[in-house]
Amino acid sequence: MAIERAGSKLLKFYVPLVLYLIFLLFPFYWMFNTVFKADTELYNLNLNPFYIHTWTLNNIVKLFTETIFLRWMANTFFVAITATVISLVASLLAAYAIQRLRFKTSGPTGVAIFLGYLVPQTILFIPLAHIIFKLRLWDSLWALVLTYPTFLIPFCTWLLMGYFKSIPKEMEECAMIDGASRIKIFRRIILPLCLPGVLSAGIFCFTLSWNEYLYALAFISSTAKKTVPIGLVTELVRGDVYHWGSLMAGALCASVPVALVYSFFVEHYVAGMTGALKE
Amino acid sequence: MAEVRLESVCKHFDEVVAVDNFNMSIKDKEFVVLVGPSGCGKTTTLRMIAGLESITSGDVYIGDRLINRLPAKDRNIAMVFQNYALYPHMTVFDNMAFSLEMRKRPKDEVKQRVQEAAEILGIQPLLSRKPKQLSGGQRQRVAVGRAIVRKPEVFLFDEPLSNLDAKLRVQTRLELKKLHERLATTAVYVTHDQIEAMTMGDRIVVMRDGLIQQIGSPLELYDTPANKFVGGFIGSPAMNFFDAELNGQADSACLQVGEVRIDLPPEKSKQLADYQHKQIVVGIRPEDLKVTGEHSPGKTIQGTVEVVEPIGNETYVDFNAGSFSLIAAVGRKSQIKAHSSLVVEPSIDNLHLFDVENGKAIR
Repeated sequence: MAIERAGSKLLKFYVPLVLYLIFLLFPFYWMFNTVFKADTELYNLNLNPFYIHTWTLNNIVKLFTETIFLRWMANTFFVAITATVISLVASLLAAYAIQRLRFKTSGPTGVAIFLGYLVPQTILFIPLAHIIFKLRLWDSLWALVLTYPTFLIPFCTWLLMGYFKSIPKEMEECAMIDGASRIKIFRRIILPLCLPGVLSAGIFCFTLSWNEYLYALAFISSTAKKTVPIGLVTELVRGDVYHWGSLMAGALCASVPVALVYSFFVEHYVAGMTGALKE
Repeated sequence: MAEVRLESVCKHFDEVVAVDNFNMSIKDKEFVVLVGPSGCGKTTTLRMIAGLESITSGDVYIGDRLINRLPAKDRNIAMVFQNYALYPHMTVFDNMAFSLEMRKRPKDEVKQRVQEAAEILGIQPLLSRKPKQLSGGQRQRVAVGRAIVRKPEVFLFDEPLSNLDAKLRVQTRLELKKLHERLATTAVYVTHDQIEAMTMGDRIVVMRDGLIQQIGSPLELYDTPANKFVGGFIGSPAMNFFDAELNGQADSACLQVGEVRIDLPPEKSKQLADYQHKQIVVGIRPEDLKVTGEHSPGKTIQGTVEVVEPIGNETYVDFNAGSFSLIAAVGRKSQIKAHSSLVVEPSIDNLHLFDVENGKAIR
């Protein structure tokens, strides 16, 4: 009986889990594999491609010496963190107002914000480019800082609205009777209770800003102002020559901060996404 | 020291009238219970006193202050919510101290008052715990503690016992009553449980569809219900009702339902002169039906027992008297069996008669 149950668990749980992990982790393995191989080995079809025969650090050295990768990283950090902070502040206030202040147009406002999220970036970047040009922010990191919230705020607002909804209204009413103002209630009661939701929204904003490609490609042209996704592709693909080793080294280095952010906040992230509020 | 006065208070939610023309004066230190079925407007009334709901029309006073437009925090009231509304991220101490902190009381005073309240409620050992580490009963105490720590003029309770199990509810309502006597503060208590209302209230307000049905002491409501709704709502098991026709002479009337006849004394007959040959609703409480041996038409009702419900201190018998059923309380040691024949004598003095059309008591 026990053996049967263990066998069933193996088949229904562990086998699919392992297959899924292989599927998910294979790109990372391939990146890692390519980073530490020389070009000659990479293009030699007679060798086993899943195995590194001769280890080399040349690709990493090339990335850091022949490109301004660290500058791109700094740019990406600056844009991602600033856009995240702006989006979080705006989303927190918007979500609270829509969910709790219950003004006459709160429902339609919520829907309108969500509809904004549904407009594809590929359409939105044309009018945004016009605005950025008018604001004289072309080829400036501020162009990205101001445009990223256009897709970050709608999602975060909706995520946080769901979260605010799960907080019993009576808690706020009780605080109101206790003598707290709206701002104090927001700061002392709502924010601490929504921390998992705020962290989830923050991680989401950071990841999307970190990986964003289209706006960065459209609004930035100087090499020194590029973000990692654009810098790597435009500087390490020269004509039809792909510097695979350095490209993969850049991709691997760039995925480290995101991986770290997730690993630190994974518990809060899960709680935030499932809207779990424990009393 | 606070009297609470509600004058012609109405609350409309768009087209829906939640509370209609509520008039009442709650005396200082009085414990008033608002009771009624779901959606009767009792909680809305409480929330209007608390300042959590705007008042459509009418005036609410606490003491001499008109508080219609006063924010909740300035009304000097404290409220205990149905779900307790404890702040989950704060300890019990912080929960209780929150209102004093918001009012910028000195730290020493906050500590002392929280300790005092905790002592009254016996929750000192819980002060450093978080709400999730407490049982339902303990959370309820903390919610009460949070209310009393501020020494408000009025306590408002919104069904604070409904999340507790039956045994704890009985125990806690006793404690709340004792606490009220000790603190001597005006209290308004909302519940849908009529037993809670009867046991706790100095006065009870029975509401239905936003309207006050009757205001009175528990026994007033029980003995002289103003209408059929109050008669049926107050008391457990509920009052028996059946429709009967008033026949006979002006000074010797009788109530007739099919084969069953109940003769009325001359005084009562004269009272009912206007209802001759009309239908009226007869109400009789289970304990006002006395089991007798022999059937005497005009005095007793005969029927067949359908269900016997012994509850320990009392036994209820559900019996069919022809065109209607009645529940009688037959005492603890009754030997009555299901499907047997039963004769009961209604207590004529305790017969409640109501108008068929408007349900009002005929007195």
